[in-house]
Amino acid sequence: MQSEEWKFTAKDIAEKPDLFMSGHRACAGCAPAAVMRLILKATRGPTIVTMATGCMEVVSTIYPYTSWAVPWLHTAFENAAANASGIEAAIKVLRKKGRIKDEHVDVIAIAGDGGTYDIGIQALSGAVERGHDFLFVLYDNEAYMNTGIQRSGGTPLGASTTTSPAGEVIPGKLEPKKPIADIMVAHEIPYVATASPYYWRDLIIKVRKGLEVEGPAFLHVFAPCPRGWRSDPSKSIELSRLAVETCVFPLWECINGEYQLSAPSKVIAMAPQKKKPVKEYLAVQGRFRHLFTPKYEKLIDEIQRITDMRWQKLLKKCGIA
Amino acid sequence: MKIPKTLKEMPLTPLSLPTIGSMGKTGTWRTFRPIIDYSKCTKCTLCWIYCPDAAITRRDDDSPEIDYEYCKGCGICANECPVKAIAMKREEE
Repeated sequence: MQSEEWKFTAKDIAEKPDLFMSGHRACAGCAPAAVMRLILKATRGPTIVTMATGCMEVVSTIYPYTSWAVPWLHTAFENAAANASGIEAAIKVLRKKGRIKDEHVDVIAIAGDGGTYDIGIQALSGAVERGHDFLFVLYDNEAYMNTGIQRSGGTPLGASTTTSPAGEVIPGKLEPKKPIADIMVAHEIPYVATASPYYWRDLIIKVRKGLEVEGPAFLHVFAPCPRGWRSDPSKSIELSRLAVETCVFPLWECINGEYQLSAPSKVIAMAPQKKKPVKEYLAVQGRFRHLFTPKYEKLIDEIQRITDMRWQKLLKKCGIA
Repeated sequence: MKIPKTLKEMPLTPLSLPTIGSMGKTGTWRTFRPIIDYSKCTKCTLCWIYCPDAAITRRDDDSPEIDYEYCKGCGICANECPVKAIAMKREEE
């Protein structure tokens, strides 16, 4: 990894043309689309993007047109990471044979939470174990939104989805969210980080760090979905801020096994009175509406307990608590 | 099998063309129309950064301009604007 921190101003990224173009068919207020734009602002040269099936693939590539102004490959739901390792290996061979000039080509694999948490984890685990030099971006909208809001491994406890509907029998999803970024840290890869689009500067720097590092990198990006979360389209970015401020989704990075909190979460670690209760985050989302009825009220305390437990665990890993 | 050496020898492959408006003019989806009050705008460019549709462009002096052909009217710009310089108005008004 380059020791020098990459510095940029808002003007620098403004001068870069948009590589994810307008006129795609994402819903109004789609935070993942904003995430895609920001990711492509961080590229440093020739880049190939490969993408698993998911919302962002469906909305941006309507044959014979595409919204991506970079070489882009679609692949099946389960093998975005396998595809990325193939691309990286092919570039290596072509360079060895002298078919392409000796310049660095970055490979980014992008998948949603379904394509990472559930269906894609075997390909991802294999690709990072083989040590291919690529960046895997998980944009986490916490359910299979594109096929009709089915629960995934990334859906949080208590969220109502079409396959875990809240009602008389169950209070939404019964299991908490799978800690995917910690699973990736356990693979002992050089770079793992979490990011949120509200903190756009932090997100862009983390994407660039993931590209610069030699070997596999994993980036977990929080991406609110107004359709599936039944929230106001204008609140998507605000939700990505609330998730960080309530510590539901803390921001950290792990470089070669060393955990460290990123600035927005560090502020909360240093001044615990700034930590907001999870109630504030839950109240603005329709998928948690049932938690505010007398029958399921207790679940809010349970969500708070799990959030606090995970936050304390993270602080310990960062050597703060 | 003969390995193709030039582009002409390659078999026909469908490729998608990168273009603005791959889904047509998405501005027709809009119910609420964002209107910028330039007297309040501080040119912080946050609206431009957060717009999921890349429908906000920057003029030479950094002030934002909304591209109504592609703006879907989600209201993220109005919600995130720190000085509340963007108002959402109904389309028919």
